Amino acid sequence: MWLVNLLGLGLVALIAWWFWGQRAPETAISKEEAVTIKVAGGVYTPSVIHARVGQPLTLNFIREDQAPCAEVVIFEGLDLSLGLPLNETVSQRITPPEAGTYPFSCQMQMYRGQLIVT
Amino acid sequence: MTEKASVNEQILLIEGAGCASCVGKIEKALNHVAGVEQAAMNFAQRSVTVTGDVAAQHLVDAVEAAGYRAKLVEQSESELFAEKEKADQLYYRRLMKNMAIALALGVPMMVYGMVIGDMSIDTTPKRVGWFIAGLLTLAVMYTAGRHFYLSAWNTLRHHNANMDTLVALGTGTAWLYSMVVVLMPDLFPAQARHVYFEASAMIIGLINLGLALEVRARGRTSEAIKRLIGLQAKTARIVKGDDEIDIPVEHVQVGMLVRVRPGEKIPVDGVVVEGKSTLDESMLTGEPMPVAKTPSDELYTGTLNKSGTVVFKASRVGKDTALAQIIGLVKKAQNAKPSIGRLADTISGYFVPTIMMIAVLSALAWLNFGPEPSVAFAVVSATTVLIIACPCALGLATPMSVMVGVGKAAEAGVLIRNGEALQTSSKLTTIVLDKTGTLTQGQPRITGIYPVDDLAKSEVLRLAASLEAGSEHPLADAVVASAKDAGLSLSNVSDFHAVLGQGVSGVVEGHRLLLGNKRLMAENQVETETLQREADDLAAQAQTPVFFAIDGNLVAVFAIADPLKSDTLAALERLRRDGLKIVMLTGDNTATAAAIAEKLSISEFYAEVQPSDKSQYVQQLQAQGERVGMVGDGINDAPALAQADVGFAIGTGTDIAMESADVTLMRGSLHGLADAIEVSRATLGNIKQNLVGAFIYNVAGIPIAAGVLYPISGILLSPVVAGAAMAFSSLTVVSNANRLRFFKPSNR
Repeated sequence: MWLVNLLGLGLVALIAWWFWGQRAPETAISKEEAVTIKVAGGVYTPSVIHARVGQPLTLNFIREDQAPCAEVVIFEGLDLSLGLPLNETVSQRITPPEAGTYPFSCQMQMYRGQLIVT
Repeated sequence: MTEKASVNEQILLIEGAGCASCVGKIEKALNHVAGVEQAAMNFAQRSVTVTGDVAAQHLVDAVEAAGYRAKLVEQSESELFAEKEKADQLYYRRLMKNMAIALALGVPMMVYGMVIGDMSIDTTPKRVGWFIAGLLTLAVMYTAGRHFYLSAWNTLRHHNANMDTLVALGTGTAWLYSMVVVLMPDLFPAQARHVYFEASAMIIGLINLGLALEVRARGRTSEAIKRLIGLQAKTARIVKGDDEIDIPVEHVQVGMLVRVRPGEKIPVDGVVVEGKSTLDESMLTGEPMPVAKTPSDELYTGTLNKSGTVVFKASRVGKDTALAQIIGLVKKAQNAKPSIGRLADTISGYFVPTIMMIAVLSALAWLNFGPEPSVAFAVVSATTVLIIACPCALGLATPMSVMVGVGKAAEAGVLIRNGEALQTSSKLTTIVLDKTGTLTQGQPRITGIYPVDDLAKSEVLRLAASLEAGSEHPLADAVVASAKDAGLSLSNVSDFHAVLGQGVSGVVEGHRLLLGNKRLMAENQVETETLQREADDLAAQAQTPVFFAIDGNLVAVFAIADPLKSDTLAALERLRRDGLKIVMLTGDNTATAAAIAEKLSISEFYAEVQPSDKSQYVQQLQAQGERVGMVGDGINDAPALAQADVGFAIGTGTDIAMESADVTLMRGSLHGLADAIEVSRATLGNIKQNLVGAFIYNVAGIPIAAGVLYPISGILLSPVVAGAAMAFSSLTVVSNANRLRFFKPSNR
């Protein structure tokens, strides 16, 4: 029985570590001026985007997920939200105003990403 | 803002193509662009339809290289909306199909379990039977539930988790346990050899059903925007010399002449050049009274021409029209989030992993302390916890209500710019109003004519207006405007003199006329004693008395004032009923301010306030602990509007370009303000209901699912019930938000 308990608690620890202790692996650095973000299967790919202060970049969103919650992406702190029609590219040019981390997500916070401005 | 990178068919408008030979040149230039399959020009409409997978910019560049100018015809809002509705419809059908597949297997299995009550593995035939049922369930999971597992796997790889993760884990756990029981029953004590295939199939069916109904309900939340988009006409009748042709509204260019007949909608913004009519602008401004339009008046896209035929010159087309800007603003605000939703967002971020941990801990608790068969109880409780938790309800609570609330406000002619303005408007305690243009019409008018003897008032007015026609003084405007309103035709004036600070004199129809204050009369030896009492009364009522003399004899005194808007009193009553304190600020003198305040029962007012000092008064009220909403014209009052907790700009007509205001009232009436505050209160109330509901559901549901009630009452939820509860909890949130659609502002 103790083995089962140990395994169970290990699983709890593993969940915490996997979801909270780790950062999403796929990041894009906006050396080029445009980043294309795919909205599909519950995630933004890439979900972490690096940008430089004052350097404009274009975000191209392509939504391939039919679920209605994916149809809007909201950038907190940038006063920006975009409607994403299915299977179409929506382009938005932005110039990050100041350094910081700007999370972006769908309305329900299930799709999540970060724009990291340095 | 948005552009399409590649589509199969694009339409370009060509400028500078004057002759038919240009057609070949342009088509050839376009056909040389890589990716273009075909380019066909319609010379009459100056448009080219291009098919092929190619970026729009390349096409424009090619046309420009050939020596012409080109503009891409953007997909109209209504097309975009129709596409979205079609996509939603397809998605809905797919979800319903998934539901049917899953329930077709799940319901018979559940009925079998309930009627025969035996879902244990004890004999070999049963083992074979349940093995087949397990494979069928797997097929259902693959067909009807694949999207849950794919999304769960995808998000897991990205260290993320969502509702699909919970569904996938819950149904996966139930299926896996059952399959192990079927394949290796000897591993389990006899009572624990129970299968839960029906739970997996039922949950997949119910959650697909919940999602399908949610898609439907969500569609209704954007009804307001749909209505605004629906205001756009499809075609416009262009006047070219003696010819008139109908062309698609997307092809109308600035400067074109457009004819609109009675009963038609205005296709693009413009300025009347010919004809007169009355227009119904209520769809944009919420103002029910039709508006008269004559040459040089502005017309707005989507408004309805009621009585006459007008020809107007297009001034703004496509996304520049007032309607398109309103749609853009509303859409943006609909996606905004007031801070009340922030806590729910933070929780949503940690929700799913937390639920997974609770599920594991709950299973451990059953294994350690539960009665036999503890393994079966552990699996049931873990599955139920995973399935009942609904992060969606929490996440949807705020955005759905904002979506409907902002749309509802737009219907009443109120444009709310952001989520914070919506939230703060609901909490205002004091409204600060600017007098001129907010409470009053902002333009002086003759409010009374008092002739000496029974002279016809209209004749007096006609002569006075004829005299004033050349003057630029605001009081002169009042006289002329009143005469025009009465339909009087004016005569010419000669020997006109304006005496600064006194009035004017001149000769009309051979008579020497004098119009001005007492001093002007005195200096011209005109006796004013006969009307002095009327003049004093008027001054006491904060109206300006103006004397009028013909050939040296006093004939009348005019009362001139900036009249109150007809519905100001009623609107203030509404605001008071809503519990708001009213404060008036004005640059006018104290006597005038006091008279207006008296009429409107405003107890707190400040007169002789410089425009630049208004923000200080707002600040003072804030220092007293009031939450202040400031209403002004958006130009002079910009600092005060910015200082206030919420700045409301009164836009006359459809002037929406007022960046300093948090909220724009598109009609002049203060009823718009009351509407804005009432809608924001209703919306915030709705959000709170949603949030509280979603919190309680999760906070109560999860422990029950884990089995806390079992020691007391022997109740342990079935995973199927949890699936139904989860599917309908987010539907409840969306439906509750939809209730806002039926919100009606209080009586006017």
